[in-house]
Amino acid sequence: MEPAGSGIAIEFRDVSYTLPSGQRLLSDLNLQVRRGETLVLLGRSGSGKTTTLKLVNRLLLPSSGEVRVNGAPTDVIQLRRSIGYVIQDVGLFPHYTVERNIALVPTIEGWSEERIRARVQELLRVVGLEPQMASRYPRELSGGQRQRVGVARALAADPPILLMDEPFGALDPLTRDELQREFLDLQQRLRKTVVFVTHDLREALRLGSSIALMEAGRLVTVLPPENFLHSDDPWAAAYVKAFGVGSYDAAERSAP
Amino acid sequence: MNFVHFMLQNDVLELTWEHLWLVGISTLLALLVGLPLGIMIARWPRWNKPVLAGANIIQTIPSLALFGFLLPVPWLGARVERLAILALTLYALLPVIRNTYTGIRGVDPAVVEAGRGMGMTDRQLLFRVELPLALSVILSGVRVAVVISVGLATIAAAIGAGGLGEFIFRGLAMVNNQLILAGAVPAAILALSADLSLGWLERRLRPR
Repeated sequence: MEPAGSGIAIEFRDVSYTLPSGQRLLSDLNLQVRRGETLVLLGRSGSGKTTTLKLVNRLLLPSSGEVRVNGAPTDVIQLRRSIGYVIQDVGLFPHYTVERNIALVPTIEGWSEERIRARVQELLRVVGLEPQMASRYPRELSGGQRQRVGVARALAADPPILLMDEPFGALDPLTRDELQREFLDLQQRLRKTVVFVTHDLREALRLGSSIALMEAGRLVTVLPPENFLHSDDPWAAAYVKAFGVGSYDAAERSAP
Repeated sequence: MNFVHFMLQNDVLELTWEHLWLVGISTLLALLVGLPLGIMIARWPRWNKPVLAGANIIQTIPSLALFGFLLPVPWLGARVERLAILALTLYALLPVIRNTYTGIRGVDPAVVEAGRGMGMTDRQLLFRVELPLALSVILSGVRVAVVISVGLATIAAAIGAGGLGEFIFRGLAMVNNQLILAGAVPAAILALSADLSLGWLERRLRPR
């Protein structure tokens, strides 16, 4: 374990991941995520972004190499409870109320009932939901509200690391914009270490403090967003061209 | 009126009770064996084929033949109720195992992934997420098992295990339709009421 002040939260060393069928999803990944930054994994479908993410909370284990999560428990269950996890399909428990969904990790960690209730109320505020939402069931919520609950659930036990796998990908553009803005707000205050997967360059430019571009299971380059638009890298250039983004997004980013 | 009178006179209640007992115990045993098996093959799918194939093969054995086959088995043959219960249990296994498996596999993968990713243990995932969400599917398997058992249990009378089949076999031997109906009607009522009540429970437990 590294000393507490160390700047690296997550580190990939020569990591490869191969399916039992022999298909290689990730090759020789070397990547560092600094504490408190939002690293965006950008790439097209099948480029290895989600695989990379799942290696962090050990939903997948590397075929070779090493993934280190500094300061995290070694036990896999405890490790996962100390890492927030948000996925595109949200995955709320349909038979649980919003309150019990948000309280998932605190409950299995054995928090007292009052502490859980107070925490849930606090989190509903944090993600911009009305307190009376607590007793609703997921089926009664809109897509945007569901993902807010998903984010609240991930934040429940105040984990230092947050993994987000295309969390806003299934939302309509307006709701997505709203949630992106709130994410920036939230991140300004909470300073979590975030690994954020997306295939949307605009989202990457807006939310990331650095962007790791992936292609066919390899890391192409890691760039700060302001350098991404003018990068010489052919893949980065191809991405910029495909999205047709100009300097507008970079300007918007600095004044949220 | 005549028929009702006849039924009351001829131990219909006692035989119905016997019938229920055979079905109840065997369903319970089928659950005790089938639920863990269903959970096991949902978790380790490579056991899926052999387990389901085994349960399927049992279904293909004609019930009268199965009762006959088991008769010479030492401990079982000593008390025919045991034998009847074992046979009924075996027949009830397939719907229980298959629906447990289908129910668990049918849980939204995103829900399971979220639970696992948030640090739930296998046990927590099973008891707090997978089984509750699979419950209505499992219950519909139990419903099928019970309805099949009520029908099959009438055949248990052929080896002397009691139940409403007594009337049916006696009626057949004596060419007495009233006697046959005295067994068949209560059996049909049992099957229908089990079907309706379990169906109602199943709908109530279905995740919306």
